[in-house]
Amino acid sequence: MIGTTLTGKLTFASLEAEAGLKKAVGMTRGDIINEVTASGLKGRGGAGFPTGVKWNIAGAAKADAKYVICNADEGEPGTFKDRVILSEFADLVYEGMTIAGLAIGATEGIVYLRAEYTYLRAHLEEVLAKRREAGLLGLKILGKEGFDFDIHIHMGAGAYVCGEETALIESLEGHRGEPRNRPPFPVDTGYMGQPTIVNNVETLACAAAILNKGADWFRSHGTEKSTGFKIFSISGDCERPGVFEMPMGITVADLLKEVGGEDAKAVQIGGASGHCVPASEFARTIAYEDIPTGGSIFVFGPGRDMLEVAENFLEFFVDESCGQCTPCREGNPKLLEGVHMLQRGECSMQYLNELLSLAETMQLASKCGLGQSSPNAFVSIVKHFKHEIMGRTPARA
Amino acid sequence: MAKDEKFTAETSRAPVSQRGRTITTDADLGAIGATVSLEIDGIALKVPMGTTILKAAEQIGIRIPTLCHHDDLCVAGVCRICVVEIEGQRTLQASCAYPVTQPIKVKTHSGKVRRARRHILDLMLSKHYGECYTCARNNNCELQSLAKEYGVDHFRFGHPEAPMFEIDHSSHSIVRDMNKCILCRRCIRTCIDMQEVGVLEVLGRSDESKVSTFMDKPLAEVVCINCGQCINRCPTGALTANDQTDDVWAAIEDPKKHVVIQTAPSPRAGIGECFGLEAGTPMTFQMNTALRACGFDKVFDTNFTADLTIIEEGTELLLRLYKALVEKDETVSLPQFTSCSPGWVKYIEHFYPDYLPHVSSAKSPQQMFGAVIKTFYAEKENIDPADIVSVALMPCSAKKYECNRPEMTDSGYKDVDYGLTTRELAKMISETGIDLPRMPKSDFDDPFGTATGSGVIFGATGGVMESALRTVIELVMGIKVEDLFEHADIEPVRGFEGCKMASLTIDKVGPVPEILAHLVPNWDWLKGATLKVGVAHGTANAKKVLEDIKAGGPFSECHFIEFMACPGGCLGGGGQPIPTTPEIREKRAQAIYAEDNAYEVRKSYENPAIAMLYKEFLTDGPCGHTAHKLLHTGYTARGKFIA
Repeated sequence: MIGTTLTGKLTFASLEAEAGLKKAVGMTRGDIINEVTASGLKGRGGAGFPTGVKWNIAGAAKADAKYVICNADEGEPGTFKDRVILSEFADLVYEGMTIAGLAIGATEGIVYLRAEYTYLRAHLEEVLAKRREAGLLGLKILGKEGFDFDIHIHMGAGAYVCGEETALIESLEGHRGEPRNRPPFPVDTGYMGQPTIVNNVETLACAAAILNKGADWFRSHGTEKSTGFKIFSISGDCERPGVFEMPMGITVADLLKEVGGEDAKAVQIGGASGHCVPASEFARTIAYEDIPTGGSIFVFGPGRDMLEVAENFLEFFVDESCGQCTPCREGNPKLLEGVHMLQRGECSMQYLNELLSLAETMQLASKCGLGQSSPNAFVSIVKHFKHEIMGRTPARA
Repeated sequence: MAKDEKFTAETSRAPVSQRGRTITTDADLGAIGATVSLEIDGIALKVPMGTTILKAAEQIGIRIPTLCHHDDLCVAGVCRICVVEIEGQRTLQASCAYPVTQPIKVKTHSGKVRRARRHILDLMLSKHYGECYTCARNNNCELQSLAKEYGVDHFRFGHPEAPMFEIDHSSHSIVRDMNKCILCRRCIRTCIDMQEVGVLEVLGRSDESKVSTFMDKPLAEVVCINCGQCINRCPTGALTANDQTDDVWAAIEDPKKHVVIQTAPSPRAGIGECFGLEAGTPMTFQMNTALRACGFDKVFDTNFTADLTIIEEGTELLLRLYKALVEKDETVSLPQFTSCSPGWVKYIEHFYPDYLPHVSSAKSPQQMFGAVIKTFYAEKENIDPADIVSVALMPCSAKKYECNRPEMTDSGYKDVDYGLTTRELAKMISETGIDLPRMPKSDFDDPFGTATGSGVIFGATGGVMESALRTVIELVMGIKVEDLFEHADIEPVRGFEGCKMASLTIDKVGPVPEILAHLVPNWDWLKGATLKVGVAHGTANAKKVLEDIKAGGPFSECHFIEFMACPGGCLGGGGQPIPTTPEIREKRAQAIYAEDNAYEVRKSYENPAIAMLYKEFLTDGPCGHTAHKLLHTGYTARGKFIA
């Protein structure tokens, strides 16, 4: 283990301030992007898109303006690691954004901050002001001619879907927060129709760390396909819930040992939109090539009712679907209704199979990641806990 | 006469998310400079870069079902019925929204795709309340057709047994039944992007989201202009025109009532579509026979009052010009705006009330006819106007609102009792068992029977302007229009371009014709002047022109501007047959211009019935006292926050 819930022990805490930015200033744009690409860093929000590739496309685009957006709309149930990073390492995040701005040729950065984190805003503004004073933002950053970049904060308004990058951009532009059609992707047609990179808080902090300590250092952690370390938000039925830093590729069993949750019957990895992993699969690894996650881990102890878990997640998606596309808007309520039928012992095997087939359509045909991932928990719970959820009597509901 | 260079302005506001994705597929390949190869269901083809999968499939005759897609509207990609499988991609993609930019292999009907489409239909039906039997869109419903195509044989995820929403009957023109809404959002895109009125938006989130109005108010209490373009693009029966056929039948059945109908030019060019004919098959004279068979006592041609409108509106323009140029009266508002389109009138009342003095005080042809029928006609035929029921067949939903405007009672009665849409008449004709295309032809009734082609072309965008110009050229310049334009076709004001400008230099003037002799002494003051005119159709284009005038742009130098609320003019009206596409509107326009060509007399002032009317009834001439009382009106500055 690299660190624990004590943030002072996280890798981020050991980094020399602005070392990454100082190095970047002496590099060409291409070299900065190459370094990030070489590190193998993938998006820490959960989708796992290679950060270097994203920067490279936006960097190569010819446009009047480009934007760097920090996705701080940390809304996945059970995720709170960005809150910790923003509270403790705001400078590192801003440093990463500034490096990204230099790398792709953007002059404007925007932090899209979750409405529930409004209390952090004063602190984040203060850090920005200090950076401007120190010449780390504004014109001619660190004295480098033509390196102009500044950051402002934009508050979200409470919609989970605005964590989806194109919905986030719509929201930034003042529209209803609804995902766009992709392609085109934001790296090509993003905020205000200009090339835009949207990176998670942790991704940007990692980028700053990589510029500081090098791609090889980063690659020395994690696995071949999932390099580096990852910050996890761990909650639920375990002895030591909190924020942990662990290498990518850690097994579920090792992770549970670390937090004191060895007796779990299942672990939800990746939040409400993630997968429910039963005890029989605890040898699997948390990595993009196996079980990907944005960092949210729920531990379910032996006493948990898995149907209640499914109900809870589906209620969340029924609330948070933007309502734009049919499979997500109408599908989630049907799945939730199915859970209620299961609770009453009224769901036939045939109808359950209909719902699983519907879930597949939702995964395939929904417009954005929200709808595509919303049935995941339901599907994995039905798959792994059929004995527990079938044949209930109405009395138990 | 010169057609000015294309007026360039910002294109219609579309959400940024959808901008740049409305891609023309039939564009010149050379101009785009790049093509891309792809394979659809094993068939290889090349398309211009950025063509959507949907359009590419169309080119090789592969039909992909759609619901939220509409050729007139920007891309939404929300219903997901058009999903297809792309080799190597984890998820299915909406073919309407997916631009092809690299070689891909597409499957349009794999198992995954078919299952997904069926699920999507099942989900829509699980929220769609209403019986097909009792629906205005029975047999013309996109949801119903798809349910049949995809073999929906039971309601897999249930079906609502009770309505969830109250039907909104508040508007004279449009009925909203949100129980039938499938949230494809075409109406929203029509209202916001296409018309730039913006009455409809999505309210709420998730399965509680619904299409609604500002503060969820009834349609009659928001800034709806009644254009009905949303009706024409609704795939289901959620939006329909307020049906008044039963009232009209009741009047016909009442032996005491003398029921007359006036028919506008556009329904004739469209109604054939309701009887299985190609768009653009004119049914003018067959329809006359059918209307008599339905029981209407008289069938009149609205073109008659279209001609009358030209005389009144044209005279008003000449008077405005005279006051401005000769009397140097600075209070005169120029350019003069046309007033025939009730959707446009309500638009300007809501959105540009400061510009109301520019709007011609002349009533629309429908309302002029209404006023003439219950006065002149009643007197001439010795019928008590109280016993006359005046019906207007219009391509328009806003005409229903117009005839209910409180000021439209200058005859002492409600000038027009009912405005019927083309679709309502098609229904009435069907009820009689008549197969319209097989009806023998018959003419309009006297005394208004004879119309000119100038009236007919009112149905197409630019038509009012063209007929006004024909009249002005002859009345002022004293020459035949044919000497300037072959067949009197004034091409510069024709066509579907959103905003057009044209100018005409009056290089010589003739004597003042008798009909106008009491108003101006001579035309010398117009000699050498350049008459500038403008044409805009669709309120989004109207907005561009008004903003241009505000900014002192080229349109502010115009003398006369024609505005139509609906894209394409009346032939694309909200009461016309469904569906509507640019191609269908083009064909209807061809039918209208063909009818114009078939008339011998083509200038409004040459219409003998018009001459008779001024001689016998409106004896103090155009814009005279009687004309003002019956044929002119006033407007209400409504603003954006008053209904």
